[in-house]
Amino acid sequence: MSRYFPYLLVGVLFGFVLIKSEAASWYRIQEMFHFQSFHMFGILFSAIATAFVAIQLIKRLDRRRALDGQAIEIPEKPPGRTSYLFGGLIFGLGWGLIGLCPGPVFALAGTGSLGALVVLAGALHGTWLYGALKQYLPH
Amino acid sequence: MDWLYQPWPWYVAGPLIGLMVPLMLFIGNRSFGISNNLRHLCAITQPPTVDVDFFRYNWKEHTWSLVFVIGTALGGFLAGVVFANPEPVRISQATQDMLLTWGFTQPGMSLVPEELFHASVRNFTFLFAAGVLVGFGTRYAGGCTSGHAITGLSTLQLPSLHAVLGIFGGGLFASWFLVPWMLI
Repeated sequence: MSRYFPYLLVGVLFGFVLIKSEAASWYRIQEMFHFQSFHMFGILFSAIATAFVAIQLIKRLDRRRALDGQAIEIPEKPPGRTSYLFGGLIFGLGWGLIGLCPGPVFALAGTGSLGALVVLAGALHGTWLYGALKQYLPH
Repeated sequence: MDWLYQPWPWYVAGPLIGLMVPLMLFIGNRSFGISNNLRHLCAITQPPTVDVDFFRYNWKEHTWSLVFVIGTALGGFLAGVVFANPEPVRISQATQDMLLTWGFTQPGMSLVPEELFHASVRNFTFLFAAGVLVGFGTRYAGGCTSGHAITGLSTLQLPSLHAVLGIFGGGLFASWFLVPWMLI
């Protein structure tokens, strides 16, 4: 179990930040999509910039080793366009409606929100539906 | 210790979220992303009689990812219950005005509006249905805000740019047209 402990810690930090930054707030998401505040854009842009700088450092430094001694590899997304655009669009519709993307769903569920659990139940059914229909969808 | 209770500004929260990407790589060569867990949870619960190919794999190899979201929920509990912010969400005046015209009485009083999240058949149908869109869409796109917008864009991957364009298109349509149409 101890090898999973770092994931638990980083997960706790992630959940804590999602609530403290109000990224798990329906209000903040409406505010973002209506361009009424820089708050959410600031979070997203500075997160991307931080990750970008960190990735560049990992690439340039020799000590590119993970804790288990393996060389760090940056995973590549499978090529394509249709599935990314359509999938993104469908997910975006849901995000705009309920103001929760998957990370915040888990964080909000942790606060005891019954509504978040209902969203999670819906998301699991949606995921299952995709798995069942995958072969009929354009990718 | 006030900072534990107060909301965090974007320039604190954003970099911390960004650090998830190198941290996950450093801990075990993992790609930071949340929505894959929805697939793992389906794989765990799929009855043998249903047997959809997409959920037939050894989910135990992804235990680390499930542990991560258990942590996320725990972090949510700490931040939202133990160190709960007693103040309303400080949304902009423009957002407050917009929400008042949409029929909200006290915009921002808690993280999510009672009008949409309190237990009722209507609300839970709506939350479930939108949840279905989130689950279906993220798996179709192969990722969500964390996997595409943050991990994908910060590693300069074109597929993630397409996904993010889709996500923002869908989000704009929902929040400009669907939400007001539903509420007013």
